[in-house]
Amino acid sequence: MVDLTRRFDVLVIGGGNAALCAAISARRAGASVLVLEGAPRFYRGGNTRHTRNMRCAHDAATEILTGPYTEEEFWKDLLLVTGGQTDEELARFMIHESKDILNWIVEQGVRWQPSLGGTLSLGRTNSFFLGGGRAMLNALYRTAEELGVDILYDAEVIDLVIEHGMFLSAQLKQPVGGRTEVRASTLVAAAGGFEANIEWLKQYWGEAADNFLIRGTPYNRGAILKMLLAKGVQEIGDPTQCHAVAIDARAPKFDGGIITRHDSVVFGIVVNKHAERFYDEGEDIWPKRYAIWGRLVAAQPDQIAYIIFDSTVVTSFMPTLFPPIAGATIAELAGKLELDAAALEKTITDFNAAVQPGTFDHTILDDCATQGITPAKTHWARRIETPPYLAYPVRPGITFTYLGTRVNKQSRMLMKDGKPSANMFAAGEIMAGNVLGKGYAAGIGMTIGSVFGRVAGREAAKNARN
Amino acid sequence: MHGTRILQEADRLMTVCNSCRYCEGLCAVFPAMEMRRAFSDGDLNYLANLCHACGACYTDCQFSPPHEFNVNVPKTLAVARAESYAAYAWPRAFSGAFARNGLVISLIAALSVAAFIFGFAAINDPGVLTGIHTGPGAFYRLMPHNAMALLFGAALLYAIVALAMGVRAFWRDIGEPVGMKTDAKSLLQAVRDAGELRYLDGGGVGCFNEDDHPTDRRKLYHHFTFYGFALCFAATCVGTLYHYLLAREAPYAWWDLPVVLGTLGGVGLVVGPIGLLSEKWKRDRVLVDEQQMGMDTAFILMLFLTSITGLALLLWRESAAMGPLLALHLGVVFALFITMPYGKFVHGIYRFVALVRYARERQMMAEQAPTAVIPGGAQRRTRNDE
Repeated sequence: MVDLTRRFDVLVIGGGNAALCAAISARRAGASVLVLEGAPRFYRGGNTRHTRNMRCAHDAATEILTGPYTEEEFWKDLLLVTGGQTDEELARFMIHESKDILNWIVEQGVRWQPSLGGTLSLGRTNSFFLGGGRAMLNALYRTAEELGVDILYDAEVIDLVIEHGMFLSAQLKQPVGGRTEVRASTLVAAAGGFEANIEWLKQYWGEAADNFLIRGTPYNRGAILKMLLAKGVQEIGDPTQCHAVAIDARAPKFDGGIITRHDSVVFGIVVNKHAERFYDEGEDIWPKRYAIWGRLVAAQPDQIAYIIFDSTVVTSFMPTLFPPIAGATIAELAGKLELDAAALEKTITDFNAAVQPGTFDHTILDDCATQGITPAKTHWARRIETPPYLAYPVRPGITFTYLGTRVNKQSRMLMKDGKPSANMFAAGEIMAGNVLGKGYAAGIGMTIGSVFGRVAGREAAKNARN
Repeated sequence: MHGTRILQEADRLMTVCNSCRYCEGLCAVFPAMEMRRAFSDGDLNYLANLCHACGACYTDCQFSPPHEFNVNVPKTLAVARAESYAAYAWPRAFSGAFARNGLVISLIAALSVAAFIFGFAAINDPGVLTGIHTGPGAFYRLMPHNAMALLFGAALLYAIVALAMGVRAFWRDIGEPVGMKTDAKSLLQAVRDAGELRYLDGGGVGCFNEDDHPTDRRKLYHHFTFYGFALCFAATCVGTLYHYLLAREAPYAWWDLPVVLGTLGGVGLVVGPIGLLSEKWKRDRVLVDEQQMGMDTAFILMLFLTSITGLALLLWRESAAMGPLLALHLGVVFALFITMPYGKFVHGIYRFVALVRYARERQMMAEQAPTAVIPGGAQRRTRNDE
């Protein structure tokens, strides 16, 4: 039983990668640490549950990385995906620190996936967690427990007492040992964004948000973020924006994770509920290939769309959780999708007629394009003509939100007046907007979590001792 | 559609797992799964027997219960594995032995021991059974060596034939050519993978047993058991060679090779089974097929009884207890031999065969272009990341 009569050196709110890195690093620096995870034990860790890899800079190939990925190249990639919406000083600091994280995270018990024979299973920029994100989390929790970090699950925080930028205590919804007040010398907020809070999303998206599917657990409600912003912490990031991909419309409302995502857009066409195309399906490869499709589908009527392809490309992408819906004719497929058959036939006939000859290669921006239709398909355009015709219904899958708390290089929160908080730190998705103002690069969420989690824990421990 | 409910469930899980692939670094099952897009009954039986039940994929899975996707690969494959043992049994009439295995094995063991005791008493003069016998040929005063060799040779031969027929059925089911065109390289790889229990380690940290703290204990006790069994078998073989080639009759001195091998093996076969049984009792029930507990326990106990009666015989071979102890030991060993094809023993055989096939598939993948199709429908590898 955790003793809430005591005053902890460091209180960590949240239970994912950033929270655990903060807890471990604070504990290793000699602080007493309590972690409050709002979710039940099985769902602990927020979005970390569904992650797979982390992007870290490194100067040479290693056993798990096929080549160097310099700080400069990482910075350029970040600049590209954010379109410049990043704090350069903070971003460069994170990129520099990421180099050491590759080893530090292993010291915390996390294991990288080794080569499965050759380099086919390895990346150059990103390292993969052996067993995935939950395996990574399990390792961090084991280490935290062994170090003597106290952890409470189902520990929903309903209020924070903050005076003049100084954290005093947190209020639990359910009492532990008869107490609901948690006192600590410092706070590390690592409680994620508000992607599972449909009402909050509706403020920016209106009723359309009812048709959004949430890729992570229902516990990412942004309660801590909201409290901090309401109590004088400076905000960062566009509140209206979120990272969204196209996921199968048959997926559960919450926690469908990565397996409901569809990567097949480039192999066919995408139509809305009026059976009309609405965007160039061949615009780009990773990460745009699916990273843009969540928001594109969100802008369509009823937030639904259909990826349509034929039997020749079925084995070109990863096997999917839900099988494609099939029809021997376009009309039959339209019937199953409840689309207007004549409209779908016209869309596909027009598309097929516009496809120009070319040499198909899905690994590059090839020369297979359409001519004379709008929108054009600028790469990988091939006729849809070999039955059975197949389709995946897709909806926006909300992954994370960009709104967060402003921090400095100590991971210390900044107040609205620009002054650093006396004892409050933030790490992970709750402050990701500092370096990732928009866009996304694979594995960068975990980099933000581990780097700033480690820094926040260390700084909080130092702060608590002074 | 699949032949059984459990294969239907295994198919559902492999479809979930194949769209995720986070576990691909943990063991052989997931890379083998990734070589396929659809799963026949044979494919699923192959994957089921390839699984070493380390439990890591359950602990690591974001979709394991209480998640609505309800992904429990170790338990599902354990049930499928047990059903496959019964399906491959030869002759088919004996496949029911798997269903009530604990009962069947204990009955056969009891009858076998009783038969030896009564046999010794009936064939010999009264008093021989409880008499004190020493010196070369002491054992054979109770049962002539040739009769012993013939009886146990026949029992072993029967077991080998039945097991071979089972392997043949498995090999056919997983869609491999009947001629077993396995090259030496695949066999050698499988011997190494089985010998070091490469895939009973959760991808490096160990097995998940009673909680989410991995340990190497199951692997260690398996090694004690397997190598203990192998040493005991070697002791018997050396003894037989001594008898026929060198005309040296048992019992042998404590320092002689058959006794040294048998003693070391016997110790392994005491420590290993006790460890395995205690791990089994502690194991999180969510990971195991509880229907199999009887079969698992029966096999572990038979191995334990084999070693403990053998060691007892060694200790008291110069006393009046030798006769009854010899009957007990021979009875247990005889029962172990004839029940081998109808109990947990087969898990090692089928898993080894699955490892041979896996080694072969991996080799073919390596030799051919990444897009090549191999039997079973291998696919270009793709990875999930975001």
